[in-house]
Amino acid sequence: MTMKRMMFLLPLVVFMVIGVYFAIGLTKDPRKLPSVLINQTIPEFSLAPIKGRDRGLSSEDLKGQVSLVNFWGSWCIACKIEHPFLMKIKEENLVPLHGVNWREVDPDDGPDWLKKYGDPYTLIGDDPKSKAAIAFGVYGAPETFIIDAAGIIRHRFAGPMNQKVWDESLWPIIQELRKQ
Amino acid sequence: MKRLVLALILCLAAVNAVAVNPDEVLDDPVLEARAREISKGLRCLVCQNQSIDESGASLAKDLRILVRERLVAGDSNEQVIDYVVSRYGDFVLLKPRFKSYTLALWLGPVLIVGLGLLAVIIFFRRRTSAAAAAPAPLSKAEKKRLKALMNGES
Repeated sequence: MTMKRMMFLLPLVVFMVIGVYFAIGLTKDPRKLPSVLINQTIPEFSLAPIKGRDRGLSSEDLKGQVSLVNFWGSWCIACKIEHPFLMKIKEENLVPLHGVNWREVDPDDGPDWLKKYGDPYTLIGDDPKSKAAIAFGVYGAPETFIIDAAGIIRHRFAGPMNQKVWDESLWPIIQELRKQ
Repeated sequence: MKRLVLALILCLAAVNAVAVNPDEVLDDPVLEARAREISKGLRCLVCQNQSIDESGASLAKDLRILVRERLVAGDSNEQVIDYVVSRYGDFVLLKPRFKSYTLALWLGPVLIVGLGLLAVIIFFRRRTSAAAAAPAPLSKAEKKRLKALMNGES
């Protein structure tokens, strides 16, 4: 083929390249945002306890051992789906699981929810005004962070945890962090 | 007809709806104006194509309040935006910053239009020059052949 003929094909080639990019882009979920806080020290925060508890949750509580921080609310449907798995983490004593009770309309809502379904959390902080949520860059619930012993955020999982993601990604990360 | 016109007018009126609640508004009009300006440039993470100024989502409300709290505490507009970006990443900016890694984004369209213009110019130049140029004169062998053909020989 001559050079000139090739030039006529150029727009088609360009279109196909762009088309492939668009096709890949369409398969991605725009709601899944990467966290910019990975490998950064946890933000400073100090949250009051929820009703019925004496202790809240602060950034100091997250230092010293590998732990999970789970943002949840009684208004959140996906949190209810995730809940049985959180209970399993607690029952099998896999890793300390802390909760941030995010944006309850009524301060009784969170505690009531835990009474009804069971309380999987070691410590819980109350976050009615999204102070900790914004500091952690949370944009939906549930979101779970893996914090290492030095208080550095190592992983963020958005959405309800289940056995599959636990076995495939979260538990291996926790075990790896424990070796350090 | 009157009803239709009224409905259209009402539709247009709704475009300017904002989500800022009266209780969020700052007393200082200058700070409030700055807060509104910042809010218009920050993406609501829940309804992603709205700014936090327009969004009724609860997270957007809390972000609006955070913006105002930081302004009252004495932050500059840049500092407030930097803080939100440090939590949520560049995605939170509705208008991406002009940085080394966004060069392709900002300059790409200009570059492509430039290349297109260049291609068009080259195309027309070639066509006019091809039309203007006289055909090449016949070579000696061609002249000889032409003469022979004209004379009826083959």
